[in-house]
Amino acid sequence: MRLIGVDLLCERGGRRVFSGLGFAVSGGEALVVTGPNGAGKSSLLRVIAGLVRHDAGTITLEGGDDELPVPAQCHYAGHYDALKPSLTVMENLSFWQSFFEVPGLDPLDALDELEIGHLADLPGAYLSAGQRRRLALARLLVARRPVWLLDEPTSALDRRSEAKLTALMNAHVADGGIVMAATHTPLELVNRRELQIGRPQA
Amino acid sequence: MKLKSIWDLANPTRFLGLVNAVLPWLAGITALTFIAGLYMTFFVAPADYQQGETVRIMYIHVPAAWLAMLTYSVMTASSIGSLVWRHPLADVSVKAAAPIGAAFTLLALITGSLWGKPMWGAWWVWDARLTSFLVLFIMYLGLMALQSTIEEPGRAARAVAILTLVGFVNIPIIKFSVDWWNTLHQPASVFRADGPTIHPTLLWPLLVMAIAFSLLFLTLHLAAMRNEILRRRIRTLRLMQASGETGTAATPAAQEA
Amino acid sequence: MSGPFTALFLREVRLAVRVGGGALMGVLFFLIVVTVIPFGIGPDLNLLNRIGPAILWIGALLATLLALDRLFQADREDGSLDLLLMGGHPLELVVVVKCLAHWAATGLPLVIATPILSIFVNLEPIQIGAVVATLLVGTPALTFIGAIGAALTVTLRRGGLLLAILVLPSTIPVLIFGVSAANAAVSEPMPFMTPFLYLAAVSLISTVIGPVAAAAALRSGQD
Repeated sequence: MRLIGVDLLCERGGRRVFSGLGFAVSGGEALVVTGPNGAGKSSLLRVIAGLVRHDAGTITLEGGDDELPVPAQCHYAGHYDALKPSLTVMENLSFWQSFFEVPGLDPLDALDELEIGHLADLPGAYLSAGQRRRLALARLLVARRPVWLLDEPTSALDRRSEAKLTALMNAHVADGGIVMAATHTPLELVNRRELQIGRPQA
Repeated sequence: MKLKSIWDLANPTRFLGLVNAVLPWLAGITALTFIAGLYMTFFVAPADYQQGETVRIMYIHVPAAWLAMLTYSVMTASSIGSLVWRHPLADVSVKAAAPIGAAFTLLALITGSLWGKPMWGAWWVWDARLTSFLVLFIMYLGLMALQSTIEEPGRAARAVAILTLVGFVNIPIIKFSVDWWNTLHQPASVFRADGPTIHPTLLWPLLVMAIAFSLLFLTLHLAAMRNEILRRRIRTLRLMQASGETGTAATPAAQEA
Repeated sequence: MSGPFTALFLREVRLAVRVGGGALMGVLFFLIVVTVIPFGIGPDLNLLNRIGPAILWIGALLATLLALDRLFQADREDGSLDLLLMGGHPLELVVVVKCLAHWAATGLPLVIATPILSIFVNLEPIQIGAVVATLLVGTPALTFIGAIGAALTVTLRRGGLLLAILVLPSTIPVLIFGVSAANAAVSEPMPFMTPFLYLAAVSLISTVIGPVAAAAALRSGQD
């Protein structure tokens, strides 16, 4: 499996975010996207996720499911946790499992994996920022999708949860999955490669 | 001595203990008063020579209407307590009273409509009294809607208290303007709930029913306050459960902000 | 586990009926609109009876539109919309399911409340039946048309008023056929079925146009 972006061009609000950008990640690799603020790290991930239009270039997932568009094979965890405060933690998570329709971990096991199993029956409103973030990450486990797109996944996480996240990312990579993460936290990832985007302070 | 005991009552835990002790008795007395009142309504009070048997609706309609207004007064007093002294029990009292007040108002509206049907020939006329009660009903529903929209109990209580006080100031103005509007348009039928004189045989059942309704309010209000206090405790416990990180307290670095 | 759209439907209904969802807020608003109008035009029961169906229809129209502004906005603000877009399901279907759930939670209660509110405007039983039938057929159209406005204004902070401005012109046919059918039920010369079938047709058309246009608006609004 190989996720390839060729000659990507993205313009937002008349401003050119990036152009001529290319990358390739194979299954079993983690690609860390780095660059200065405003270089387009978030935009790149959102372009791959199909949430932002790219004005030129192509994105393909070789060896993926040809029936599905690339975004439907990606998990995206962005700045927002997509958590409904009036639904319980369990309801939040099992909805996404049913909606994504692909098999994965049992929601309760996924919550336990992220050490928030004891919160399963609480409304989302009661969760702290770190707990919300962990619930958002549990979503990656309940439906198996080959590509993980993570935008600043460590924000609001403490060191222990950060280590947990690193372990999950490594497990996904070891399983043949692809991880693309925009982060400045030096995570100890196996098979880690780096994609530097943006000119360093033009 | 007396003051001290009042402050003791204001402590939610003491309050809960007291309510649990008093409530069964209160419920029993309420039931007995209702039995007496309803008996008098149906078997003692005479039928009206004009309105016939339908006059018996009055013994439910009029006390319900009184209680609808009394409940709002209780809410107003509690709102002052809530805003001025920031007293948690006052918050709870406002919240617990609103649905009860709405129920009494609805009862008054329904019985008023049933009572009027033979005379008006319609289930509803825009009679000044009935219309004012409809507005009161909507105000109760508005207060309940505001309560249910704000999740955090303290913030909800303050918002509701302010709205309750605004309503209290506005109710006489609304009543006055509705009367004005009604006389301006020549009401469809002239109808007054209370005649100029009430005969004692009518008055006694009415009084007993009024006492029964007041006791019912007291019972329901205390029970609702107890439920609300317990509901808040559950909320606090769940919040504690959310912040209590099981199994991660070993390292100080794991403490959540 | 249940299918993705059943899950979405249940989630939407749950969100609507829980704290802050405000499913019954629409009914309360409906009640207030119907109550306020007699204060403007007077308590003449014959007059109210004549314009009663129109009052109820306008009340239901406004209540439906005002409840719609959060249809997509809440999902956009917390990032759920991104994930709904990435689900691999046609966005049009997602919109249809969201609209149906929204209608079940806010539109259907309006229809159910109508017989009670009809009493305030002195409607005859046959008129009540006609208004309920037309609202039952017509309010889904209002939801689907309103969804277009909700999708167009999804990125705006204060989209509620703009939504009403954008959408109200498109709801005029629904209002016209709905009120004429409801009136035709009592006034002899006009048949009830003609406007009622037009109303049903408008409803069916909007279940197609609404989701397609709303999905297009949501896609173009992404950034």
